[in-house]
Amino acid sequence: MNEADIYERLKDIIKIYLPEDVTVENITHDSHLMNELNINSSHLVDVVLDVEDAFHIEIKDDELEAMDTVSSAIAIIQKKVDN
Amino acid sequence: MKNRVVITGLGIVSPNGIGIPEFLKAIRSGTSGVRHFSKLEELNFSCQIGAEPLISEEQKLAYFTPLELRNFNSNGILYGVMAGMDALVDAGISVADKEGAPLWDLGVVFGTGTSGVDKFREAIYKLDEGQVRRLGSTTVVQTMASGISAYLAGKIGAGNKVTTNSSACATGTEAVLIGYEHIASGKATQMLCGSCSDASPYVWGGFDAMKVTTFKYNSSPQIGSRPMSETASGFVPGSGAGAIMLESYDSAMQRGATIYAEVVGGAVNNGGQRQGGSMTAPNSPAVQKCIVSALDDASVHPSEIDYINGHLTATIKDPVEIENWCAALGRSGTDFPYINSLKALVGHGLAASGSMEIVSAILQLHHNFVAPNINCEDLHPKITQQIAAERIPQQLLEVPLKTIAKASFGFGDVNACAIFRKI
Repeated sequence: MNEADIYERLKDIIKIYLPEDVTVENITHDSHLMNELNINSSHLVDVVLDVEDAFHIEIKDDELEAMDTVSSAIAIIQKKVDN
Repeated sequence: MKNRVVITGLGIVSPNGIGIPEFLKAIRSGTSGVRHFSKLEELNFSCQIGAEPLISEEQKLAYFTPLELRNFNSNGILYGVMAGMDALVDAGISVADKEGAPLWDLGVVFGTGTSGVDKFREAIYKLDEGQVRRLGSTTVVQTMASGISAYLAGKIGAGNKVTTNSSACATGTEAVLIGYEHIASGKATQMLCGSCSDASPYVWGGFDAMKVTTFKYNSSPQIGSRPMSETASGFVPGSGAGAIMLESYDSAMQRGATIYAEVVGGAVNNGGQRQGGSMTAPNSPAVQKCIVSALDDASVHPSEIDYINGHLTATIKDPVEIENWCAALGRSGTDFPYINSLKALVGHGLAASGSMEIVSAILQLHHNFVAPNINCEDLHPKITQQIAAERIPQQLLEVPLKTIAKASFGFGDVNACAIFRKI
């Protein structure tokens, strides 16, 4: 799966968790999930569960900590999908 | 000197009506919300009938965001939020600005028996499969008892006391009395009070096992809930939520709000599981004492009570409840107040029953009518020996009402009685 595909699918997942004052257009590769997209920290675990379901992968606790931006999430997903 | 407390808003999510206009129509016409549940039949329940509010996806989206509804599986919270927010709107109170401070003088007392039982079941299955990590972020808030008051407080921006009470089937009536006392003592100006209960086999199952629900009307659900009837054979399990916006009289007058009634007093006590009382049966002297204390608190003479909204669940205990009202008020025969039971129409809403029934009582007081009792054509002889049959109207009765009493009793030998008066 190429990076662009992962990005599009990830965007679809993330947009559900955006607060009212952030729109899907605000999502970029560099966006920080909590600090810039203002996703509630408690919802990050839900984002991860949705990612696991969408890509049929499992994300470990230590990997979760590294998933702070859109691009870092893509990198982790890419690695898992390729394996 | 106590502050006067009045009711300025009502909300309800009931098996026979969602929202006040629909519910008012249903109680005036004696429309039942009881139906057969094939799920209960599949699960080998003795009682396969029940009562549940039917909510559309569109209605849910009027109260919750799509994100809140993701993995949401707690229908008691759904009912409670809908009823609570309706009561707030009915009272003409706006939620706190999202960017500003909370409403420091508005609190919430919203009770329940258990919360999010279906969500909890879902979580238990995942957990037992070793999938605790897959519970998601909202299992706790949907299953904590105070989930309902927390959801409401967040939507409103409530900044005063926000809590959930739990006292079995007296929960709703107790919630109103807790809110009443909080305003009366000057600690808050507005208190949103009420209660909710899930519609779920997992709530109802324990009662089925105790054989306190009826197994005789599985093929005729609408005549199954029979308070005060000789053929009453157990209650019909129900669910829903009722909400009552309480406010200080001064604040209500200042705002020019609609005042449905004044909460003039009330009492909560316990039979201590003594004198014939037990975990599941009421101590009659305690019930009488609770009613007498409520009247004292309200400075209301028993002769002033025009109407009683009974607990009357449709079990063999109904004649005992009538006996207790007669003893507490010193009234019987044709001198007894009018009485009815909402449970004939919506079953026993358990933790939600008290608040749904208070909403029905206040509507009857406000609109001057006594809703018809259904399913008691064959009044229990032990009841008609004590009070005249005409005091239990079986047709809609348009009659001026001024002062009314509501009582709820529950497992644990808990009692609660509230007195309301039209201003």
